[in-house]
Amino acid sequence: MCDTCGCNITDGNRHLIEEGGKHAHTDDGSVAVEVLQNLLNANDHQAAHNREHFDRHQLLTINLMSSPGSGKTRLLETTIDTIKKRYRMGVIEGDLETENDAQRIRQKGVEAVQITTGTACHLDAHMIHHALHQMNLDELDILFIENVGNLVCPASFDLGQHLNITLLSVTEGDDKPAKYPVIFRAADHVLITKSDLLVMLDDFNTEKAEQAVRHLAVEAPVTLISAKNGEGFETWLTWLDEQVQKQAERRAKGETTNPKLQTEGIHMHAQDTR
Amino acid sequence: MHELSICQAMLTQVEEIAQREHASQVTRILIRIGPLSGVVPELLQQAFTIARAGSVAASAELETELQSIRVRCQQCGAECDAETNRLICCECGDFRTQLISGDELLLASVELTREPEEEGTGDD
Ligand SMILES: Nc1nc2c(ncn2[C@@H]2O[C@H](COP(=O)(O)OP(=O)(O)OP(=O)(O)O)[C@@H](O)[C@H]2O)c(=O)[nH]1
Ligand SMILES: [Mg+2]
Ligand SMILES: [Zn+2]
Ligand SMILES: [Zn+2]
Repeated sequence: MCDTCGCNITDGNRHLIEEGGKHAHTDDGSVAVEVLQNLLNANDHQAAHNREHFDRHQLLTINLMSSPGSGKTRLLETTIDTIKKRYRMGVIEGDLETENDAQRIRQKGVEAVQITTGTACHLDAHMIHHALHQMNLDELDILFIENVGNLVCPASFDLGQHLNITLLSVTEGDDKPAKYPVIFRAADHVLITKSDLLVMLDDFNTEKAEQAVRHLAVEAPVTLISAKNGEGFETWLTWLDEQVQKQAERRAKGETTNPKLQTEGIHMHAQDTR
Repeated sequence: MHELSICQAMLTQVEEIAQREHASQVTRILIRIGPLSGVVPELLQQAFTIARAGSVAASAELETELQSIRVRCQQCGAECDAETNRLICCECGDFRTQLISGDELLLASVELTREPEEEGTGDD
């Protein structure tokens, strides 16, 4: 489709293609073809198209990632309850097997499309595209995507979202950002969930967890939050308001934004397709 | 694991290249992976031995070149080597650095054998 668009070339790897020609013949008569394109080229392209869908419909799309059970669905339930009057929301739920999470969301009066991935431990841009065609995007202000509970795989696949939230529940331990740097680096906002349980845990140090996030060169806010007693919701919802506002401003100028996990190269590509 | 999906995506690209180049066989695939790409080279190798079956790369070797992590400090401008979970500036200690390499996931080159009747003359 566009293997010459240079969409994977960053400052860090530019020298790799500038040296040497495209074809080099090796001793045994075979041919070596220089390629230098992202292994997930096809996914990235689909993701860019998804993002165009979202932008055309003026909505903000947020991807939630965490290990299983960190509180993604519960966060959405409480968030929906609180801001249902202000925003029209929709949810795409990713799960290995069941429809449970989508049903929980529907009980809140919000449209939810369930994607069951079977053996795939992450959502990809094609699955999201398929789900989009079951939704009326014109009727939404915010689309949440709840990724499959997994602290590794989802981080590698751009879905077309504008922002990523990475959740870490206090029961998982404050060392997780250091152990799973890729997914925490991708975060535009880190939520430390189930803060109501902190009183029962003597070994989760919130400052240490935040420090571990900072060590990944992440400037994103880190918020302690509880869907049970409401702690941190003011901060989280204020941030959400700001993001909706920013998206509206971007759209007024014909701009968009990529989630943190996308490197500079993808930004270059977003420009060249417009 | 997601390494299998990534392998399949890679093989799709390799198939396209092989077709474009009129190659009968792919002998070697070189990829460059950064430690912060989220992909484990060993798992990718394992996935490759499963995924390559029946493809044009069925007997190809997969070689991975692990890239190093480099960051540039946005405060003092220093460039440093860094570790996966410690990306702070080595000069001033500030955490606001920019990754300049280490998260790549790139198909770098593909070695292939041309079909005999193609008279494989590289005309470029
Ligand atoms: N005490 C407490 N429990 C919570 C909180 N948030 C979620 N839980 C509980 O944690 C469990 C898992 O929450 P979910 O919202 O289903 O987690 P999830 O991340 O959506 O899980 P998967 O979709 O399976 O990955 C449920 O029993 C929730 O009630 C919280 O803030 N405090
Ligand atoms: Mg859930
Ligand atoms: Zn491209
Ligand atoms: Zn510095």
